[in-house]
Amino acid sequence: MINEIISMNGYGLYVWSAFSFTLISFGSLFLLTKLQLLKEQRKFVYKFGSLSTEKVRAAKKQYINKEILLGTLNSKI
Amino acid sequence: MLKFFEPNKIFLITSRAPKYVLFLFIIVLSIGLTEALILSPEDYKQSHSVRIMYVHVPSAWISLGIFSLIAFLSLGVFIFKNKNFSLISKSLAPSGFVFNIIALVTGAIWGKPTWGTWWAWDARITSMLILALFYLMYLLSWRIFENKEQVIKITSIIAILGFINVPIVKFSVDWWSTLHQTSSVNILSKTSIHSTMLIPLAIMTAAFTLFSILIFLMKYNTELIKIKNKGLDRL
Repeated sequence: MINEIISMNGYGLYVWSAFSFTLISFGSLFLLTKLQLLKEQRKFVYKFGSLSTEKVRAAKKQYINKEILLGTLNSKI
Repeated sequence: MLKFFEPNKIFLITSRAPKYVLFLFIIVLSIGLTEALILSPEDYKQSHSVRIMYVHVPSAWISLGIFSLIAFLSLGVFIFKNKNFSLISKSLAPSGFVFNIIALVTGAIWGKPTWGTWWAWDARITSMLILALFYLMYLLSWRIFENKEQVIKITSIIAILGFINVPIVKFSVDWWSTLHQTSSVNILSKTSIHSTMLIPLAIMTAAFTLFSILIFLMKYNTELIKIKNKGLDRL
């Protein structure tokens, strides 16, 4: 049964390489996108941390800034 | 209605959605892979090589769909002067390009056992390659040009011009005599594919769609945070 699934009547090499290429592409794109997101989130936290109290107050008025900070803390993916 | 496309409002959804989409994607992909690699039957002519269809066809559909969406949003940039449309388009392009490459590579892998060749300058394959070049031009333009107004105009023009190629890809197999088979799945006319193959194909298409949504959400969040980073500098 397992041998049949692997060899696929002689077409195994073609089928498995097509599926592998697809999944590797998915993994690479996901990792690259995730790394870019993390980089920007870290940059945002660093910049936010170096703001004066007055500027922090002004920045916090924008709801999206709070969301980004919250997202960075709770980020699971 | 256009107010819905304000980044601040969209971020509320896009920042929370990825974890749910990823969870759903893993489940649907697992079912799809089991169906495509184990449960679905082999073809009477192509034998097991037909299984490549379950990654090749959804990739081609999604790359075409994403490019069409980018073209419509680019048209929206000119009509409604809404810059968020270009941000959405920019975030859609990477997954569209990767799906285009997957369609070309898996098509080549499928071509070898069925046609006896990895590549042919056939109308469908060549027009898909041209689509990949339009994706590449679109993505490179975002990297090359620094002026924001200029890059939005250039990328929108590339997308609108590239859209001319989309119906050529779709109808190439009907307009010219090609190695590539005509479409087996049709919305308007009768579908010639059996349900035992159509169901895995539909599941894999759903999984790939979820993946493109996931990448779009993550990319869109990255772009928004980039803008907000610049905003912090201006405070």
